[in-house]
Amino acid sequence: MAYVPLADQEQELHHPHSWVTKYVWSQDHKVIAIQYAVTAIAVGVVALVLSLMMRMQLGFPETFNLIDPSEYYQAVTMHGMIMVVYLLTALFMGGFGNYLIPLMCGSRDMVFPFMNMLSYWVYLLSVLILMASFFVGEGPTGGGWTLYPPQTALAGTPGHDSGIVLMLISLAVFIVAFTMGGLNYVVTTLQSRCRGLTMMRLPLSVWGIFVATCLALFAFPALLVAAIMMLFDTLLGTSFFMPAIIESGTPLDHNGGSPVLFQHLFWFFGHPEVYIVALPAFGLVSDVLSVHARKNIFGYRMMVWAIIAIGALSFIVWAHHMYVSGMHPYFGFFFATTTLIIAVPTALKVYNWVLTLYEGDIRLNAPMYFAIGFIFTFIHGGLTGLFLGNVVIDLPLSDTYFVVAHFHMVMGVSPVLVVFAAIYHWYPKITGRMFHAGMAKLHFWCTFLGTYAIYLPMHYLGFLGVPRRYYALGATDFIPQSAQDLNTAISIAALFVGASQLLFFINMLWSLRNGKKADPNPWGAASLEWQTAETPPIHGNWGAELPTVYRWAYDYSVPGAHKDFIPQNTPESVETTVDEQHFDPDLDKSKADL
Amino acid sequence: MSLLKTLGDKSWERKGIIGGLKPVGAFDTAPEKVALVFFLVVASVVFSLFTVSYFIRMELPDWTPLADPAKLWLNTGLLAISSVLFQWARNISSSTSTRNIKTAFIGGGVFAILFIAGQLSAWQDLNNAGHYIASNPATSFFYLFTAVHAVHLLGGLWVWSKSSIKLLSGSEPKEVRLSIQLCTLYWHFLLIVWLVLFAVLSNT
Repeated sequence: MAYVPLADQEQELHHPHSWVTKYVWSQDHKVIAIQYAVTAIAVGVVALVLSLMMRMQLGFPETFNLIDPSEYYQAVTMHGMIMVVYLLTALFMGGFGNYLIPLMCGSRDMVFPFMNMLSYWVYLLSVLILMASFFVGEGPTGGGWTLYPPQTALAGTPGHDSGIVLMLISLAVFIVAFTMGGLNYVVTTLQSRCRGLTMMRLPLSVWGIFVATCLALFAFPALLVAAIMMLFDTLLGTSFFMPAIIESGTPLDHNGGSPVLFQHLFWFFGHPEVYIVALPAFGLVSDVLSVHARKNIFGYRMMVWAIIAIGALSFIVWAHHMYVSGMHPYFGFFFATTTLIIAVPTALKVYNWVLTLYEGDIRLNAPMYFAIGFIFTFIHGGLTGLFLGNVVIDLPLSDTYFVVAHFHMVMGVSPVLVVFAAIYHWYPKITGRMFHAGMAKLHFWCTFLGTYAIYLPMHYLGFLGVPRRYYALGATDFIPQSAQDLNTAISIAALFVGASQLLFFINMLWSLRNGKKADPNPWGAASLEWQTAETPPIHGNWGAELPTVYRWAYDYSVPGAHKDFIPQNTPESVETTVDEQHFDPDLDKSKADL
Repeated sequence: MSLLKTLGDKSWERKGIIGGLKPVGAFDTAPEKVALVFFLVVASVVFSLFTVSYFIRMELPDWTPLADPAKLWLNTGLLAISSVLFQWARNISSSTSTRNIKTAFIGGGVFAILFIAGQLSAWQDLNNAGHYIASNPATSFFYLFTAVHAVHLLGGLWVWSKSSIKLLSGSEPKEVRLSIQLCTLYWHFLLIVWLVLFAVLSNT
């Protein structure tokens, strides 16, 4: 019997017969990707609203009184956890991973489509469990997104009854969902590539998502273990993490547990989590930069090595989040050193992005705005990370707004800019329509300048010693009135950035119906997902035959070539005579003005 | 070394078709097996972190070692028999004669069920002796380890039950060969995990 590649096994494909099986219980990776993305963005909007409520409280403490101190802590907790896990992780992996991996690998679908579908519905269940905590008992947990015991479980913390339980159950369910999806992404990348597509011919988007998935598969267990043990402590009265403690004069039943053990487990997950979010962003932004600069990505091989090196190193830096928890100086020294070492491959990537732009034929399309904006915010957030990675600098800055500014720049704003770059970049392929370019660029400037207006002053507040997590600063000697005024300005900027996201939503929805019909390959990209016969790609992605790959994904502006990109599925013999159906220099020029 | 060779490839220089229909660098096995191996690594991380937590928690002063129920030896024997029967089923599934395959495969699952029943009985004994889950961290870990291990086993039994129903309803053994192979690998893994957990519990 002739060998049928896994990427082409028709019997693995589920063929939908009704609207419900096509769009609801769908096993098509593209539909699942959109389901993931819409759910993640919807829950992200909840987190955005929570942050705006916090900013209104901080900027105008005596004016609005929208939330009381307990609700403030609940908003802090839910905002953090939703943004990191339920928005960014789910969107990069479940959204972009699902959409792009099979297409970029030249496959018809994920290897296990049913499990892929199950992954989404279990993810949705985890989101619903988390959202349910708003409506039960005292509401969601207010223990901070790190959920540190013992305070998370004590009566003084909002949501100590059912909120924390629902949070932990939701996280455990999320991990189950992710594991099902993650196994799919890994196995599809390894086993289901089309003919000729070697690992080193994969676009960096796939490399980023692939390595991040491996990281997540090995890091989420730490969170699962911590969550299970914390559930035991909360529900069954065990003392894994809960120490002997007296609450309102009454000794609790717990005795001898180790809160620091929880911190180690949490951050053993928590730091790789930073790269679980960052690596897909690195990959996606590399592809966007390369396509719109009409240049191959600079140092492709080193970019792959850097992704792998960052992934491996991310497992041995976790305790830099715990310098103030009390640790042996040598322990701190070790983690400070590893933290500085991880900056090397990260910086290498930044240099390569900048060198990709150098002397490129740059097309300032909307996705490129966001991609270049990302380089700025990432350098900014990365450099402040070097400050905080050093023990002696971290100690005074710990728990100040400097930390808030740092992590929002590096893993809030930066990945979100990539999310926007990627959505705008692939929107024509996903929907078959072009978005409104002017509105997208306006969205960029509002977001980019607005977020700088929020986070740049926060560094200064941090240097002043303004503590994070406080409901109101009140009158203190070390916080001058100017800091209060700065807080007000930050809040106004935050409200502005929040409102400007409407530009994005309006653009996306309006363009679905009214956008100009998109070319199959409007940016002139070389990777496989742009070479499908149909736009948007049909169920099964490819026509009768799978593509065959003859080259890497970055053949742009090749000297002597007929046009300024050569698709991966173009044989060498015809690269100079490819027809112009996907690329027209004049058309391309007009697109440059998009 | 092939990994280094793969990562050292200067893909921008090489044009043309590389490799055959099977993707270069793909494992020469069923995708389900690749997924299972990845899952086993994930599960290993889970059990490793529980074990590390156990050793860290053990150092704290309120720890009182627990005398593990003698029944655990019997239970270990049951799980070992289960694993042996799965291996037998696997061997039969790759040979030409498929006689006894139902006995071996279904027997393997039944012994796993007996193992779980044995573990529950050990819980009962501990409970009767006044060792409740929150009595002491050593007891808490005993219940935690055995519960998490049993949950993994129950997941395996779900797959086993589906394949058993297929076998009993007259499916050809070759139709469930892959499932038998995967179950066998999974059972061996859970036996090794249990042996490690048992060693940790009884020696501390």
